[in-house]
Amino acid sequence: MAKPANTDPAEWVDRYGDYLFRYTMLRLRDRSTAEDLVQETFLAALKNYASFSGKSSESTWLVGILKHKIIDHFRREAREAPLGENDLREHPDPSSFDSSGHWTSGPTDWGGNPADLYREKKFLDQLTKCLSELSPNHANAFTLREIEGADTGEICKVLNVTETNLWVILHRARMLLRRCLEARWFNRKTEKEP
Amino acid sequence: MLSCKDVTRLLSESMDRSLPLGRRIGVRFHLLICRFCARYERQLLLIRETVRRLTATEEIPGETLSAEARERIRKSLATP
Repeated sequence: MAKPANTDPAEWVDRYGDYLFRYTMLRLRDRSTAEDLVQETFLAALKNYASFSGKSSESTWLVGILKHKIIDHFRREAREAPLGENDLREHPDPSSFDSSGHWTSGPTDWGGNPADLYREKKFLDQLTKCLSELSPNHANAFTLREIEGADTGEICKVLNVTETNLWVILHRARMLLRRCLEARWFNRKTEKEP
Repeated sequence: MLSCKDVTRLLSESMDRSLPLGRRIGVRFHLLICRFCARYERQLLLIRETVRRLTATEEIPGETLSAEARERIRKSLATP
């Protein structure tokens, strides 16, 4: 069976470069690391070009290679900076609750149900900032779970943590991220737009 | 009786695994009477939903490769 016509690798950068870059930035949030991973992805693709079956589209194939590189990056980061005591402290936001465990000041009303939020570049900027403010272990666990959609067993292997610890980490990550988005986006917006 | 603090932890956990039945009932009951925890759950789910839509779209908003990076990558591909 004849292979479908593929793009000349010389055109890859123009065709897929920005997409792969944004894909990586959403997960790693660091320009130079993202650029490196995109470059490594193209180089690996070029090396294995002969084995590209054409069963999937070229962009799917490239994203598949990139995904592995991103997971490897998370694995490396977890090895270099293993979980600290701080990552697992019982509650991320103790001031939110009184001594009997009730909200001191609960979550504020975010208004409506902004289903199109994901299209807003400014929201993405704030989400990225909030993720960057988490510790790397928290941010990476959240990214693997919610952005990559990996299951917890898989994430435990990548980050080298037990499942119980992962639940604690994800709880902390979600709580801090929610609070950060509330401050940086939802509350700010209602103030600015009368 | 579960406290709000317990419920926030269990709500997060329920997004990663299915809670034992007793826990699930305890959480649902708490959400009926606690508007803050109910709101907390809605917001966590909104964040999850938004992130999922973001990853599902081909047109992720955001920046592009810098001209320098583009050039560097192009060169590295030309001279493997």
